[in-house]
Amino acid sequence: MFQNKNIEILVGIFVAAGLGALFVLAMKVSNLSTFSDDGGYPVIARFENIGGLKVRAPVTMSGVRIGRVEEIGFDNEIFEAVVTLTINENYKLPKDSNASIFTSGLLGEQYVALEAGGDLNNMQPNDQFVITQSALVLEKMIGQFLFKAAEGGAEE
Amino acid sequence: MQWLRQLGRSGLSFFERLGRGHLFFFSIIAGLPSLLPRGRLLLQQLFAVGVLSLLIILVAGLFVGMVLGLQGYNTLVDFGAEESLGVMVALSLVRELGPVVTALLFAGRAGSALTAEIGLMKATEQLSGMEMMAVDPIKRVIAPRFLAGVLSMPLLAAIFSAIGVMGGFFVGVGLLGVDDGAFWSQIQNRVDFYDDIVNGVIKSIAFGIVVTWVAVFEGYDAVPTSEGVSRATTRTVVHASLAVLGLDFVLTALMFD
Repeated sequence: MFQNKNIEILVGIFVAAGLGALFVLAMKVSNLSTFSDDGGYPVIARFENIGGLKVRAPVTMSGVRIGRVEEIGFDNEIFEAVVTLTINENYKLPKDSNASIFTSGLLGEQYVALEAGGDLNNMQPNDQFVITQSALVLEKMIGQFLFKAAEGGAEE
Repeated sequence: MQWLRQLGRSGLSFFERLGRGHLFFFSIIAGLPSLLPRGRLLLQQLFAVGVLSLLIILVAGLFVGMVLGLQGYNTLVDFGAEESLGVMVALSLVRELGPVVTALLFAGRAGSALTAEIGLMKATEQLSGMEMMAVDPIKRVIAPRFLAGVLSMPLLAAIFSAIGVMGGFFVGVGLLGVDDGAFWSQIQNRVDFYDDIVNGVIKSIAFGIVVTWVAVFEGYDAVPTSEGVSRATTRTVVHASLAVLGLDFVLTALMFD
């Protein structure tokens, strides 16, 4: 009987440790704790070029994450990328805010940075950003730079 | 001619064995409900299969995590990206190394023991003895071992991954001086619960099924001599490990596109 009791306790410890490890992974390692607030309202930003922006990329304002990229689509009539952002309900955006796509660090992921405007009215769900700035494409920048350098050289 | 005949014979016996294995699998599944009123059988097997594998899993997980931390740091520091060390350690553990290494260790530690035990039961005619007493050995012997293996694997894999992350944390933050906050915040930013952790758990359940199935089948199908049992034990470790690695490729291709 004593033997059986011991086995029961050890199996109990084993199962508890396994579930505990899973819990630690869920809470401490994954984004489950940070993404529990799924509630939010959608706003739409149109970009000429989104570069390497991915779904679930962070949306930040002054560097603080206030939402994430929900969906990336393409408008086949005006040939622009349509990015749907989900903004946490706690945050209000002035109507004339602007959205830009930046890269975090040199090799980091791309994210959407919002900058507040001065309008007194706030954005409503499904509103669109009026001013957006596309992602910088490295090849284009290098091309412009070379072009300018060549132009400068010709003038001299 | 003789050569062709040999080839045909080995091909036939291969497929025959494969078919026997699958029929055996279905009869285990059919035998699982009879475990419900006999929880004690399952408990004993959970002890033998799960608890006794715990030590090797803990030690292996800790060291795999620590090695990942060291190696990752040496590579990442060249790019000035040592803050991403946590992400590298956590993702490789949760997605791949946790389920796969646990399954390989599990095949070596618990699978071989299962095969040897069942093979010896067969060799000493305990299984036929049970049949004589109208006790179905599949329900009484095989089903609890199978279920215990399937239940233990995801728990062991989760423990392995968690301990591994701790090992990486210990080496990265404790010894090499990566920033504590950046380590965890990068992990939480990049590791997704459903895409990474749940898929890792699904993988480990699949590996648990495969490893335990191979182990109990090899034991049940062993030639009932001491040499046959030893061969069956070797085959368990080899086949289960190969099956895990192959299945891992398929599952990875399906899950992380």
